[in-house]
Amino acid sequence: MHLTHEEEAVLNGEEGETKQQLMEILVGVGKVFGADEMVQIRSAQVSGASYKTIGEWGLKWLLSLDARACVPSVLNPVGMDRMRWEEMDIDPEFAKKQLAVISAYERLGISLECTCTPYYLNITEYGDHLAWSESSAVSYANSVIGARTNREGGPSALAAAIIGKTPRYGLHLVENRKPELYFRVEGEPQQADASWYGALGYIAGKISGNRIPLFSGIRPGRDQLKNLGAAMAATGAVALYHVQGITPEARVFSFDTSGLEEVVIEANEVSDLFTDEIPDTVAIGCPHCSPEELSFLASLLEGQKITIPVYIFAARNIINREQESVRIIERSGARVFADTCMVVSPALEQYSLIMVNSGKALSYVPTMCGAEAMIGSTRDCIEKACNPQNMRQDSLT
Amino acid sequence: MIIHGRGISRGIGKGPLLIGPDPISFLSGVDPETGIVIEPGHPLKGTDITGSVLAFEYGKGSTVGSYILYALSRNGHAPAAIINKEAETIIAVGAIMGKIPMIDRIGTPLIDLPTGKEAEVDGNTGTLTIFG
Repeated sequence: MHLTHEEEAVLNGEEGETKQQLMEILVGVGKVFGADEMVQIRSAQVSGASYKTIGEWGLKWLLSLDARACVPSVLNPVGMDRMRWEEMDIDPEFAKKQLAVISAYERLGISLECTCTPYYLNITEYGDHLAWSESSAVSYANSVIGARTNREGGPSALAAAIIGKTPRYGLHLVENRKPELYFRVEGEPQQADASWYGALGYIAGKISGNRIPLFSGIRPGRDQLKNLGAAMAATGAVALYHVQGITPEARVFSFDTSGLEEVVIEANEVSDLFTDEIPDTVAIGCPHCSPEELSFLASLLEGQKITIPVYIFAARNIINREQESVRIIERSGARVFADTCMVVSPALEQYSLIMVNSGKALSYVPTMCGAEAMIGSTRDCIEKACNPQNMRQDSLT
Repeated sequence: MIIHGRGISRGIGKGPLLIGPDPISFLSGVDPETGIVIEPGHPLKGTDITGSVLAFEYGKGSTVGSYILYALSRNGHAPAAIINKEAETIIAVGAIMGKIPMIDRIGTPLIDLPTGKEAEVDGNTGTLTIFG
C-alpha cells in the first residue's frame, strides 16, 4: 500500500500515539482488502455507539484515545433517546453506561447525533468519499447521492473520522459499482408510497444477497429510495443499487443490462405483504424521518388522539428544525424520539404486534424486538393508531 | 529458521508457538479475564493463550471480537503475538488496538509449525523466527 510522506509520519508516531494507532488500523484494513492508497473523506458515521455492542472494554478503549475528529462525524443510533430515556422505560444503570459511551465519543470530536440519516445533517454530494457505518445510510449515500463508501466497522470508522482518510478499496472504486443483477418491476402498484418501496426492497434484498441490483419500471422519489435501500440492506447485504433513469450513476453511465441475470418482480407480489391486522403499537422512522415525513405525519395527526402508542424516530437536528410539526404530533399523544429507533431500542420489546411503514423494520422487528411486525402505509399506520376500536386497556397515551 | 510473511500489527512478540489451527471467535470464544479458550468443540478449548505465539487461520464471529483482544491485552492475558493464514478485519483491528504484534501470509501451512517451540514474531518486518 502506497502512503504519502504525511501518512508515513502519522504512522511513525509524529502526531502522537492515538493517531499512530488509528493510522495503523486504516493501513491494516487497507492491507486486508488490498487497497492501493488512502483517500480523503468528507464525513464519517461511527458505529459501536451502543453500550450493548461495545461493552466495558470498548468504552475503555475509547477513553484511552486522545485526538479529535477532523471531518464532520456522527454516531449510529443507540438504545435510547439520550435526553428523554426515562420516558422510554430504560434501565437507569444501562442509561448511565450508554451516556458514558456517548460522552467518550464527544471527547473525540464526534457530534452528539446518533442517527441513521447523516445525509440530512452533513452535506454529502455526488463523488464524495465517506466512511459511514449504518447499512441504510451506506446504501443511501452510495445509491441515491452517488457518494462512495464501504460499510465501515466501529474502529475503522472512528479512525477515518480522526485521520480524515480511509483506504481506497471496494465501493470507493468506480469499477466495483456496476450492476450485477437486473430487476424488472412489472405492473402498477396501487399505492406506491415509501412503505410500498420498503416492501419491494424486502423482497429484492433476499434475491440480491450481496450483489448490486439495477431496477427498471419504477419511479421512486427520495423518501421512497431511502426505504427501498434500507430494506435491501436488511434482507440482503446490498450497499449500492441503481434505478434506471432515477439514481445518479444510472443516469451518468446508462448501464448495459445485457448479460445480467434478470428477475421480474410483480407489483402484486409486493402489495401482498400488506396485511390488515390490529397492531398494539405503531413505530415510524426506520430510517429516521426526513423533514417532509415529519410534516406529513403532523398533517395526519393534527387534531387527532392516538389510541395505541405511536413511536416516531428522527435525528435530533431534524426534530429541532421541525418543532412545529413535532408539537402537533406530540399533541396527539404520539412521541418523537431522537438518537434511537425501534430496531435498536429495548423500549419496543413490550409489544406483540408492531405496525411499521418500513421494509427494514419489517425484517428486523421480529428478531430485535421479539415481536411480530406488519407493514402499512404511513396513512394506514396513523389511521390504525387513532381508531378507538384498537384501544388497549393499558394504553400508554 | 526464519519465515517471511506480511506485517499487520507492529511490534515484536516472543513465546511458545500455539497452533489453532481452526478459526477463532474471540467474542464468547475466549475468556477476556483469563485468556482461556472456551468455545465448545474448538481444538484449543481449555487452553490458555496468554503469552503464546498464537497461530490460527483467521478470526470468525462478531466484529466485537476486536474489543476482546483489547481486553485480553489490558488484563495481561493477550497472546505475545498472532499469526494468521490470511488477516481479516476482526483480528487485524483487535491486534492493533491491543498492541499485539501480528503477521499473516507466511506461506507455510500453520499445521506444519512446531507447536511448543519458542518463536518470535516481528510485526514491523513481517517475519517469524523459530528458535532451536
